[in-house]
Amino acid sequence: MLKRAFWVVGILGLIPFVWAVYVRFFVHPDASNLGSVVPWGLHVAQYIYFVGLSAGSFLLSSLVYVFGMKRFEPIGRLAVFTAIVTLLLALMTIGLDIGHIERFWHVFVFVNPTSPMAWMIWLYTIYMTLLVAEFWFLMRTDLVIAAGMPGWRGRVSRLLSLGGRDASEARGAQDLRVVRVLATIGVPLAIMFHGGVGALFGVLASRPFWHSGMFPIIFLVSALASGGALLVVASAIFQEGWKAHRAMILDLGKIVLGLLLLDILFQISETLIGLYGSDPGFLQSFDLVVSGPTWYIFWIVQIGVGFIVPVLLLASPLRRDPRAVIVGCGAVVIGFIGVRLNIIIPGLSPEEIRGITDAVSDPRISSLYFPSAWEWILSFGIAAVGAVIFGLGEIFLPLSRHLPRPAGQD
Amino acid sequence: MAVNPVSRRELFKRAAVGAIAGAAVAHTALAEATAPVRKHHWGMVIDTRRCVGCEACVIACKIENKTPPGVFYTIVTKEPLPGSTTDKPVFMTKPCFHCEKPPCIPVCPVNATFKRKTDGIVVVDYDRCIGCRYCVAACPYGARFADFGDEYDLLPMAGEPVSPEYKQYRPRVPGQSPIGNVRKCQFCLHLQDEQGEYDREAGRWPACAKTCPGHAIIFGDLDDPESEVSTILRERNAVRIKEELGTEPSVYYLL
Repeated sequence: MLKRAFWVVGILGLIPFVWAVYVRFFVHPDASNLGSVVPWGLHVAQYIYFVGLSAGSFLLSSLVYVFGMKRFEPIGRLAVFTAIVTLLLALMTIGLDIGHIERFWHVFVFVNPTSPMAWMIWLYTIYMTLLVAEFWFLMRTDLVIAAGMPGWRGRVSRLLSLGGRDASEARGAQDLRVVRVLATIGVPLAIMFHGGVGALFGVLASRPFWHSGMFPIIFLVSALASGGALLVVASAIFQEGWKAHRAMILDLGKIVLGLLLLDILFQISETLIGLYGSDPGFLQSFDLVVSGPTWYIFWIVQIGVGFIVPVLLLASPLRRDPRAVIVGCGAVVIGFIGVRLNIIIPGLSPEEIRGITDAVSDPRISSLYFPSAWEWILSFGIAAVGAVIFGLGEIFLPLSRHLPRPAGQD
Repeated sequence: MAVNPVSRRELFKRAAVGAIAGAAVAHTALAEATAPVRKHHWGMVIDTRRCVGCEACVIACKIENKTPPGVFYTIVTKEPLPGSTTDKPVFMTKPCFHCEKPPCIPVCPVNATFKRKTDGIVVVDYDRCIGCRYCVAACPYGARFADFGDEYDLLPMAGEPVSPEYKQYRPRVPGQSPIGNVRKCQFCLHLQDEQGEYDREAGRWPACAKTCPGHAIIFGDLDDPESEVSTILRERNAVRIKEELGTEPSVYYLL
């Protein structure tokens, strides 16, 4: 049932998405409500949300492939797959946001080592390559086995297995050794990459709301919390469903709760220090978060859905029921959307110099930003693309179990 | 005295280290020798007591640079000074400050924005800029503007707007630069001659300074001790905005 809902959302979201992408590239280059006071908005928030999910779920997969925790084996491959899909969605989102995406290669040619954004792009290029390689080695044996199946599934598997025929135990063990090496390299890479995303904002002295050494650390912890929560939800919906992974979901719930509380601790620390500093820019951003026109993002999405609900479900006796853990983790996944929005938009809103938004009357020179309908459609469309990719993965890739070897082999 | 024997491997290693160090020194020396010489340090002194808030500079800039809606290379803020007992506003025209240490430049992922070595003007290479708008977020003075491709509704009647910026004369074509880029004040450098000199008598002078009816915007070479800007800075107490950020703006204000 849940799977069918996933498909419906996916397909329904795709139709307006295709239209909006057409408008974006061929009719009006930018129908967004962004401006020069708030130059980043919904799509950048969505981007850091997705890269956070990617880094978080990848780092959690290292529990299995680097630290050898067998308990989490069933989500190992799902975690790497989630990391790939969410990174792909993040790149799509940012591709729609920047002015000249066709020049993305400039970042590799016109090298600027002082730009945190350049570092972020170089690192996620390596990270993406590594993820795909690791995932291929994880799936290879099963793809070779599935290549023998009739119909579409066999054909796609033959293509994806790159012509490999060897499905033996020995070859499988060899693959896992490669995976271990790749995953081990991946851990510092993911930390640098996502810490770098935090640093991208943290280095800007012009934006007091962001300018703090806590930022890269907060980004890492919130990536782990949101990524872990997404893995719980994904493993509950896909493959054999939540009944098959009861014990593992309960364990993951504890990890998510711990990470969520650590994240809250860091956020409180960051906020208190900022408030005591009394920088007018910081205070203005903080005011916008708690009592601005989008106060509900903070009080309802972040605090209500993203904090109170999960803590109630994950810390009370309900935590022994996997269904409660799944709902709690789902709430974390949604709550972090609010966290991301409230980092980007209020951080940019304060005027750099008092009076610039009143100096001229122009919608692009304004502290108030609310995404346009067109921006929302693109955002939901990208989420729909994610749902469809997950659905295809469900059909073509055996993520949580290994296929039985056909008789006669090995 | 015994000399420690050096193995062949060690010898190669030392030779390699020596070669790398030599190359690095040579590279730096070459870069220094070929770097263009700083000829000018263009800057402004803006006298807020002479400013009447007419905003002629905003209009002159719009007309000179043919900027689209949402892009203003200069604006005039009208706020009372903090702590002032009256609500009398101080008019402040605010171009790009062309900082000596601009925070917008190190963050650019593709080196598309840089400070010209010869005269210190901070420019954007439209063909290189990817439109990420990181520099807009990094500027503490709100001097950078993203061109989202908006058009003035009535402008087509006046003919195609072709901006003379950087002497590139680009027509506005959807999907092509400068649409999708970040834009900013460049002290009207398209009015410089081949040698990079402005000429006030000939009208080749930044549009805002040329237009200002109260002579509140004073433009000139901060490195030239005889220039009007240098004289004023010697004789009067000028301030720079957000000095604490260490950006060293080239635009000073008289209050």
